[in-house]
Amino acid sequence: MAEALTPHLPQLLWLVPLLPMIAAGVIAMLPNGCGKLASKVALGALFGSCLIALIALVCTLAPSSAPTIATAHHWFCYGDEAVKVGVLLDPMSASMAAMVTFVAFCIFVYSTGYMETEQRFGRFFGFLSLFCGAMLMLVLANSLLLLFMAWELVGLASYLLIGFYFKKPAAAAAAQKAFITTRVGDMAFLIGMIWLYRESGTLMFYDGGTGLLETNALESLAAATTCGGLAVSAGASLLLLVGAMGKSGQVPLHTWLPDAMEGPTPVSALIHAATMVAAGVFLVARTHPIFQAAVDVDGASIALSAAAWIGGVTALYAALVAMAQTDIKRILAYSTVSQLGFMMIALGTGGVAAAMLHLICHAFFKALLFLSAGSVIHGCHDEQDIRKMGGLRKTMPKTFLVYAIGMMALSGFPFFFSGFWSKEAVLHSAQVWQGGIGPFLLAVAAALLTAFYMTRQALMVFFGSPRKPGVDHPHESPKVMLVPLYVLAAGAVLLSVIGTPMWQWFEKWMGGEAAEFDGGALFHGHALGLLGVSLAIVTVGVGASWKIYRNLSADSNAPDPLEEKLGGVWGFLVAAMGFDTLYEKAIIKPLASLACVINSIERNIFVPLMAALEGGFKLFGRLTGSTDEKGLNRGFDGVCSGMKNRASSASDAQVGRPQGYLRAIGLGMSVLLILYFWLSA
Amino acid sequence: MNPAWTIISAFAGALLVLLLPARMAGQSRIIALIASLVGAAAAAVSCLTRLNGMESDVWSFKSDWIPSFGIQFHLAADGLALTLLMLTGVVAIAGVLFSWNVTKRPRAFFAYFLTIIGGVYGVFLSQDAFLLFVCYEIVILPKYMLIAIWGSTNREYGAMKLTMYSIGSSALILLGLVVAYAAAGGTSFDIAHLAAAEYSTELQNWAFPILFLGFAVLAGMWPFHTWAPTGHVAAPTAASMLLAGVVMKLGAFGALCIAIPLFPDGFAVWQPFIAGLAVVGILYGAFTALQQKDLKFVIGYSSVSHMGFVMLGLATATHWGFRGAALQMISHGVIAGLLFGIAGRVVYERTHTRDLTELGGFNLWKSLPGAAIAFTLATAASMGLPGFSGFVAEISVVIGVWESYPWLLPWVALGIIITGAFSLRAMYRAFFPDSKASSAETMGAGSSTPPLDPLTWPEISAMALLLIVSLSIGIYPKPWVTLIDDGLRSPLFQSILFQP
Repeated sequence: MAEALTPHLPQLLWLVPLLPMIAAGVIAMLPNGCGKLASKVALGALFGSCLIALIALVCTLAPSSAPTIATAHHWFCYGDEAVKVGVLLDPMSASMAAMVTFVAFCIFVYSTGYMETEQRFGRFFGFLSLFCGAMLMLVLANSLLLLFMAWELVGLASYLLIGFYFKKPAAAAAAQKAFITTRVGDMAFLIGMIWLYRESGTLMFYDGGTGLLETNALESLAAATTCGGLAVSAGASLLLLVGAMGKSGQVPLHTWLPDAMEGPTPVSALIHAATMVAAGVFLVARTHPIFQAAVDVDGASIALSAAAWIGGVTALYAALVAMAQTDIKRILAYSTVSQLGFMMIALGTGGVAAAMLHLICHAFFKALLFLSAGSVIHGCHDEQDIRKMGGLRKTMPKTFLVYAIGMMALSGFPFFFSGFWSKEAVLHSAQVWQGGIGPFLLAVAAALLTAFYMTRQALMVFFGSPRKPGVDHPHESPKVMLVPLYVLAAGAVLLSVIGTPMWQWFEKWMGGEAAEFDGGALFHGHALGLLGVSLAIVTVGVGASWKIYRNLSADSNAPDPLEEKLGGVWGFLVAAMGFDTLYEKAIIKPLASLACVINSIERNIFVPLMAALEGGFKLFGRLTGSTDEKGLNRGFDGVCSGMKNRASSASDAQVGRPQGYLRAIGLGMSVLLILYFWLSA
Repeated sequence: MNPAWTIISAFAGALLVLLLPARMAGQSRIIALIASLVGAAAAAVSCLTRLNGMESDVWSFKSDWIPSFGIQFHLAADGLALTLLMLTGVVAIAGVLFSWNVTKRPRAFFAYFLTIIGGVYGVFLSQDAFLLFVCYEIVILPKYMLIAIWGSTNREYGAMKLTMYSIGSSALILLGLVVAYAAAGGTSFDIAHLAAAEYSTELQNWAFPILFLGFAVLAGMWPFHTWAPTGHVAAPTAASMLLAGVVMKLGAFGALCIAIPLFPDGFAVWQPFIAGLAVVGILYGAFTALQQKDLKFVIGYSSVSHMGFVMLGLATATHWGFRGAALQMISHGVIAGLLFGIAGRVVYERTHTRDLTELGGFNLWKSLPGAAIAFTLATAASMGLPGFSGFVAEISVVIGVWESYPWLLPWVALGIIITGAFSLRAMYRAFFPDSKASSAETMGAGSSTPPLDPLTWPEISAMALLLIVSLSIGIYPKPWVTLIDDGLRSPLFQSILFQP
């Protein structure tokens, strides 16, 4: 079937994003109370997208250095200058599209169970479909402009979905915060994009030799320099990086992501874990040739080094903060931030394939973790505090099983979990980087902490004894929620085969080469050493956590065992190192006062100024009025009586023709003219 | 149908409405709707004709009017004028639909309404500076009447302020035009003739700001903007829509097609100042909107901010800037019309409040879901999200700014971010109840609010029309952009845009 469809693939590819978008439009038109129908429309459209995306994936399997499909259509033309958009199919976009549609489909199915009691069930699926459409557009775009447009639309969908429970003030605030914070990054992206456009004259990625990512444009971008001798490609890619940092929650633009957990859990899984937040990583991966266009002597470029260091700091920061959180979703949110940091490290150190592999594996196991967390929350009657859980292993055995798989994948349990190999690829990329050992060390520390806090969470939720007395018994979730979990869990395990050092299929595929199985590669000194490091990380992280949290007190109000050891540092970690407070004081407050000042200028200066002017006019009017009354009017009355007699002759001039009046205006104007010439003479 | 039908239909409609006998006064809205539809149809047909025959000469009509002063009755429609006619037609239809329930002196109301529309069409089509000025003046008086008679909050003050600003701006425009007329030899008011004349640099340096300022006041340029928010708030819905939707565009249009081509050297001197004022306006409008408590004031100040983009686009003196300015005129016309329509007609006439906190108590998302959806979409459009017209416009202006004043870009970006903040704030607080309102509801206070009337068909069609226009520009801007570019190829802009 794939062969038969291949000639139509360029057209079919447009359907991948369009089907969910059309579904969103249809759902918006449906009257309230058609929730079931709405979910069917959304699922059907997404299923179609998923099929096409899988066919497209099959079409890219043959190794090739050029993209399989790169189309260009005129969006609009200004004279000879055409602004073009198009779709692009290469291993990167094909794998992303397949991942997004597949994971989204699982989450849609799960949502039909999870959101069952929600009144605005239909609306929810409408927003989700809008999101999927925009996300798929982002992934398949063959132009930076189209990517940016989709980028903004996923931001809108994210706003709508975080604020889905808008009656909760925290949800509404989180939605606004997410939108505005990412918009800061978006503006940097916008400026970077325009810079690239004016320098190279195109925003297409691949366009028959003239695209941005093709040799000609890259060479000219690297050759052109801007202030401080910085290559244009480096300057623009730094701006793109800021955009990516906003979307992918990198320090210091990360604060919106933990708050975004106010949205429904399936939303957290789909948007704020698996797909949208990875869009920043995808952007950097997609435009990686620009980042790499100007490298200095060490083989490192400024923008890439920045990405590596920011990724490293983010990975460690978020892992530290995650240790001290008690909300089951917030822990996962910080771990998402941390994992996105890993992907950034890989990108910065040149491992695009490693970053993409980690992105895709992470999407599976993190969606799995969020959905099983949702199942836990569901089963515990909307309780999210892990201090009040415990012992769920017995009451929710199936959820425990899938959660354990996700947790082990995230912590990097060896050999059978995808997270182990993808993290291995990231560490490898950081280790061989010429630019310094820093990002590698940060990544190792973060990986160790990841194993630690995930074990802590698992122990507190599933082991020990129930710590919340007097609450209804937790219950297992229905099948419609469990089956998607099994599918994702299978993915989290099976994906491990495509990226091992023995068979680096994914990496070769991304690079357009065929992969060969080499069982001995695992035992080369370098790979073996790294393997040892990974094993040590997991053992130490899990072991330490096990030792500390094995025997938790049954009292849900007891302080965390680490709290006593760390003292003041603990509070600092709980408060996420004070970024929110800092921003509140250093940015929000000053801006709000600025708005206040400007508003009072408007009310106290501009408006009264006008009123004063008006008062002046009125005063003048009264003055002239009284002169008029006492002097002129009396005379006027006298004149009038005389006038009446001569009215017949005067009426000749007033026949109502506009020409006559205009002549009068003209007369006035000629007076003005004379005045002008007199003045200028 | 040629473009002249726009003017004819509007004035004929106004006359017909006035001639209606008193017992048929209720029918005046139907006449007004038909007149608006005919005008919009004429504009649409002319646009399509132009798109299909780009190479042919533009439609024009010329006859002597006051030969002794060289004044001609000269109309012509290039692509740029056609897009603005289209905008006027759309806003006129929506305005009539949003005024469907006017019962106070409907004949006078619709007669004034159509007179404004006719005058606006006239300005966009005029090729003679004097004719343009006359049409411009035709707009002012009915504008005053609409606000003073049918307005709401502080209407006489608002109407007076608006009219004083308008008259002041007219005086400046007249002065500027007369200077150009005299300096060009005093033989013709034809705009092409005036633009082709050679003026001394010295004269341009002082005449340009006079003429430009005259137009810029009406475009709401900071710091001459205060008429706009007060006027918008005082005006009845249809009048705010016309004011924000098309009357402000008269100023921008005049600046683009008269002030800049007439005195290009003067423009070159003042260009940085205009750019600076425009950016201040973008930020000032956005920050002030962030602090407003009245929904209409939020929209009013957002108009100041959005018109700042138009002025900024003009100040760049680049192709992209001019295109962006023209697109932003159209985009803002549609979106501001929609926002004012929803806030003024759909919401205010049901709730009798525009206070953001009080509106929160009405649970509008539940009681008026259609309005909440439309306002959410309009907010997205106003923030310049892709898919809506504002995106194409803003990105074009930003490209222009990149070419001329790259160091202004961070400030423009800040303006865009704050625009997002105030738009979301106003939308959330007006349509989606905040914590106070929901707690009031649980205490039983909120449940005492009576249910609101459902949306009526005229309202729904007006909202749908404006949304569809904004979306169609945002998704497929090609025809609009092609028409605008057609206008920018006019000899008027040769010396500015096509410098060697």
